[in-house]
Amino acid sequence: MNILVCIKQVPDMGGRFSSNAAGTWLDEAGLVFRMNDCDEYAVEEALRIKEQLEGTPEVTAISIGPVRVVETIRKALAMGCDHGVHIDDPNASERDPWQIASMIAGHALSRAYDIIFTGMQSEDRGSAQVGVLLAGRLAFSCVTGITSFGLQDGVVTAERELEGGRSGLVRLKLPALLTCQQGLNTPRYPTLPNIMKSKKKEISHLQPEDVGLDAPLTSVSGFRHHERKTSGLIMEGDAEELAGRVLKLLDSNTAVLRKGGAR
Amino acid sequence: MKLLLAGECREGRLAEEVAELFGFAASLGVEAAMVLVGFPGDLPSFGGRLYFADACKYREYNPEVHKRLVMQAIDRERPDVVVFLHSSYGWDLAPRVAAAMKVAQISGVTGIDGEGYTVDSCNGKMRRTLKPLTSSVVLTLQPGAFSALRLQVVPEVLGIDADQASTVEFLGSRPPEAGVDLSRASVIVSAGRGVGKKEHVDLVRNLAAALGGEIGASRPVVDAGWLERSRQIGASGQSVAPELYVACGISGAIQHLAGMKGAGFIIAVNTDRDAPIVDVADILVVADLQQFLPVLTAKICAQ
Repeated sequence: MNILVCIKQVPDMGGRFSSNAAGTWLDEAGLVFRMNDCDEYAVEEALRIKEQLEGTPEVTAISIGPVRVVETIRKALAMGCDHGVHIDDPNASERDPWQIASMIAGHALSRAYDIIFTGMQSEDRGSAQVGVLLAGRLAFSCVTGITSFGLQDGVVTAERELEGGRSGLVRLKLPALLTCQQGLNTPRYPTLPNIMKSKKKEISHLQPEDVGLDAPLTSVSGFRHHERKTSGLIMEGDAEELAGRVLKLLDSNTAVLRKGGAR
Repeated sequence: MKLLLAGECREGRLAEEVAELFGFAASLGVEAAMVLVGFPGDLPSFGGRLYFADACKYREYNPEVHKRLVMQAIDRERPDVVVFLHSSYGWDLAPRVAAAMKVAQISGVTGIDGEGYTVDSCNGKMRRTLKPLTSSVVLTLQPGAFSALRLQVVPEVLGIDADQASTVEFLGSRPPEAGVDLSRASVIVSAGRGVGKKEHVDLVRNLAAALGGEIGASRPVVDAGWLERSRQIGASGQSVAPELYVACGISGAIQHLAGMKGAGFIIAVNTDRDAPIVDVADILVVADLQQFLPVLTAKICAQ
């Protein structure tokens, strides 16, 4: 059995963002990059299948981007993936979901994968398209936003998250692509022995033209700060003084202090 | 410009946000048709063509069968723009339809300006404007971004049918986990990723207790197992409208805001001034939770 996990390296969302000179994407200077959060669940789920089937499945992690994304592939290998594939595309941040799916499909078409996991969406773009488009190109069965996954005799049962805390139960056959929602499992931390072992694991480097890059279907005409429309009060200072001011505002704007709590 | 709106049903009913699809069409000032796998007793009200398939036959979710049904409506209607909600139904189905049409998809649209469709990016801190390069386009609309439009008109219903073969079998849906009903709480103090670790959740719990309220959570806190899932607030959890909402270390992802922006008075405690929670907060306290929350809790208890 062969499993592919698609991972994306994204900037840490706590960073201070500004747009690049072209006004098309982030100015990357000073940003810290890490693995997209949903993708960690995807890696973990693939590794759990490998363990369930006593190590027989080969797990490949693929990522597209400039050289810095190799660090994120290394993390997936340190978590326990067997192989890494890096599609070396310095312009990945300018690609649309259709193009990203075309490159991954170009790699996957000749590899006979049985299961593909992706994150449900990325933190920086959040299109939630790449996994579904990839499944379409490979003619894989596809379910999005899963919060539980089980594999028995080649049949997948999964729960997908719906609105308002509900979930839907689905059954599908392999080959299948599943996009993973947060909370699917508890992603493991790489252990030191596994980090050491991962250094010997091979990463193959491919160029976009090796796998095939389709023409874009969308273009970016603007990228800027989301103007905050708050008319709210911004307060800074010493904790004691802040608490006093908050208390006064609570008293003048709400009735909660007069209702009495656990005091 | 011709619009085809894709409606959706949840738990045997037309989804509430379908009214936002009509609001979107009205904001463009164009007439729209709708395609819906729904229930005959609960049809949308609008003055246009409704391509309709019965959900008793086709179920509420089956992406392959629903794609065929939507494509049938597209073949008959030939729209320039196909519009879904950015919901568990829409984000699953829209890329399948866009791929079948061989056109661009733009996800999570929050607005339209002269340059294209605007979408949130980087957890709501940035905003992108995207333009389709294909003649038609598939959109998913961010719930809450466009005003709802409710009309009292009867649509012209046209039946659609499709082959029911599918590689995905829908076995049914599961109700939310039983737990506390936060929708009735008058005060909610919520913990977000910014609390840092499980032990710090107690700081939030203590403030909630001092205010006589309930503790709530954003998604990452629940996923980490720091609080039970039934306390999650947002699109995939509970929707609340307390008199007072205190968001502790919550950045304010659009899905969280969807569940709490109706609160009467909102206080955000956060070290990040750029966090989207600032959009809805009446007060932003720029402070470290560990220092600030115990002081505020003590002051309230001393009242």
